[in-house]
Amino acid sequence: MSAKQTPLYETHVRYGGKIVEFGGWLLPVQYSGIKEEHHAVRTKAGLFDVSHMGEVLVSGPDALAFLQKLVTNDVAKLQINQILYTPMCYLDGGTVDDLLVYKQADNEYLLVINAANIEKDWQWMQENVKGFEATLTNLSDATAQLALQGPLAETILAKLTDAPLAEIKYYWFMPEVSVAGKTVLVSRTGYTGEDGFEIYCKPEDASFLWEAIMEAGRPFGLLPAGLGCRDTLRFEACLPLYGHELSATMSPIEAGIGFFVKLDKGDFNGREVLQEQKTNGTKRKIVGFVMVDRGIARAEYPVLAAGVHIGVVTTGSYTPTLNKNLGLALIQADYAKIGQTIEIDIRGKQLSAEIIAKPFYKREGK
Amino acid sequence: MSIPAELKYSTDHEWVRVEGNTAIIGVTDFAQSQLGDVVFVELPNEGDSAKAGQRISVIESVKAVSDIISPLSGKVIRTNQELNDAPELVNQSPYGDGWILVIELSNPKELTGLLDDAAYSEIVEKGGH
Repeated sequence: MSAKQTPLYETHVRYGGKIVEFGGWLLPVQYSGIKEEHHAVRTKAGLFDVSHMGEVLVSGPDALAFLQKLVTNDVAKLQINQILYTPMCYLDGGTVDDLLVYKQADNEYLLVINAANIEKDWQWMQENVKGFEATLTNLSDATAQLALQGPLAETILAKLTDAPLAEIKYYWFMPEVSVAGKTVLVSRTGYTGEDGFEIYCKPEDASFLWEAIMEAGRPFGLLPAGLGCRDTLRFEACLPLYGHELSATMSPIEAGIGFFVKLDKGDFNGREVLQEQKTNGTKRKIVGFVMVDRGIARAEYPVLAAGVHIGVVTTGSYTPTLNKNLGLALIQADYAKIGQTIEIDIRGKQLSAEIIAKPFYKREGK
Repeated sequence: MSIPAELKYSTDHEWVRVEGNTAIIGVTDFAQSQLGDVVFVELPNEGDSAKAGQRISVIESVKAVSDIISPLSGKVIRTNQELNDAPELVNQSPYGDGWILVIELSNPKELTGLLDDAAYSEIVEKGGH
């Protein structure tokens, strides 16, 4: 299968983006440099193309009942124009995907899913929708998405719209907003640990909107931002990445996002296993660590404690904001205490690291 | 893309500056631009032996881990300790302060296998391969 291009592909090339394949899509890993783009998002703003993300519309009288069975968080709590983050589990508690649920109307929800999982999620939803009076529509190809992230995101977007952006609270959205003359959906969400917006638009409007936002943001230091800094930013904020901190063989409880598993909402896929794990604890756990010795841990590197293999690194990197070599690892829960010394096997050398609290980075005031 | 005429190059994107029986080795401007922000250089120990075509050091950018392949054989007699605190020197000054290590050559004949600036330019123009 050849990799797909987003509607912004030509724009990325024009802006000097270094293109790589990611989740079946051709996307820029960086423009000016990962560190520079990372700092721009933390201190000013960055603009990302996230059109590769998938969108599925769920509508019909049983839309809510279907979603309550499908995902672990409590969709009934959502108000119209509110958004929910939730894992979606298999019957054995393993994670199919993590996604956002946008409540558009009482019988209508928009799900935003990971690009690499679109096919798999779609099949899983089709299987699960049987018996419910609900219709699924895959809108992935009909939707483009830009993410404007950073402390100056609101200031920049306000140049292009009369909509009262300040009234959009974290994890809420506003449908049918006019931005630079185009009708879009604006949500206050993101994947960087910063304030910011995600802007859903028609594919044919994406490149016009990109240019308009870049133009509006240039005086404020807005930079186009690629996948590279998207990963370092989300990693510092300890936001899980599917395939790393979440997978078919890892439950949301093991991943440390048990808060998004609501046992009091009735039955749902994986409930039995997840309840048992919440009650009795899990054998494995995602932890954060800092390298004590000089070296950078990377995904898949073995983790040891006093020479015994206890797990594996899920994400590891140099972190531009904190200027440290940090990592996340799935390890035996017995070793998960803050302050525990572990070793990371880096190319055959066992280098010392220490378990530390998560998240590594948290923006002020939130 | 800077490719100084006085240096020799390997197809693995290392440069070599020969001084008597020793060779100073670093990565090229093209290589550093492909790597992106360098955040860590794993230096060999002084006294380690280097073998042409084998890994002598590891260079890490934010996203990637890349081997530095020794273009020549010999003994490592110096490493650039500045890189421990400032790995970004590889990006800022690949042919200067960002040098990686110095080898005392055990087989100077290997030098004839290296590329001159024109031959290396051709490789870079083809996208690095």
